[in-house]
Amino acid sequence: MAVRTETDGKSVIAYISGEIDHHSAAAIRKVIDSEIEKNAANLLTLDFSDVTFMDSSGIGLVMGRYRLIKGYNGKVIVQNPPAAIKRVMRLSGIDKIATLKG
Amino acid sequence: MKTLNEMKLTFPAHSANEAFSRSAVSSFVAQLDPRIDELSDIKTAVSEAVTNCIVHAYRDRDGTIEITARILEGGELWIKIRDKGCGIENIEKAMEPMYTTAPDEDRAGLGFAVMESFMDRLAVRSKVGVGTTITMRKKIEGR
Repeated sequence: MAVRTETDGKSVIAYISGEIDHHSAAAIRKVIDSEIEKNAANLLTLDFSDVTFMDSSGIGLVMGRYRLIKGYNGKVIVQNPPAAIKRVMRLSGIDKIATLKG
Repeated sequence: MKTLNEMKLTFPAHSANEAFSRSAVSSFVAQLDPRIDELSDIKTAVSEAVTNCIVHAYRDRDGTIEITARILEGGELWIKIRDKGCGIENIEKAMEPMYTTAPDEDRAGLGFAVMESFMDRLAVRSKVGVGTTITMRKKIEGR
């Protein structure tokens, strides 16, 4: 699986690994959404440390999770994106909806 | 400009081929000895173009995607990605950042913006009911 989650109360951390594209995003999304919904989570941290490739499907992934967690008055943190992935994020203006760390 | 090398790739519009197609182009470009960031830019742009074919051009049906890549004299990469899908009615609108016809599927509407910003040149030709052809160019500075 390209994503592993850790949950502490209403805080979910998702460690994503490998390549994020339109194909792989579907499975990643499913895992994270079920974890958010099960715990009515209000804080989602997406960890990109081990992501080796990402196109704009990764931005869609962050946007979609933001829309979901907003329903629980929650927020999204994006942490540790490698340099190449940071470039896609910067272009997208994703910092308007998520806090960038690292 | 003179073509020094060329490859063609034809494959069905299945999402599993998104990774395959960007890796294939990346392997072809390797002979120019690109930097890691140049390679990453090319892979990302190809991935966006191929995903557009799968998500939009051939929405809910099968189809074929064709990639032609050339290495031009002077170390420039030229890529053409072509589909015979639904075509784009309003190219200008489709190219607007954040515009998407599929927000419910978590599409960010950034495909063309990424291609434009990561490659040196981007051209889009499209005809409704016939298909879309995009061409991109990038000068490889190399290591």
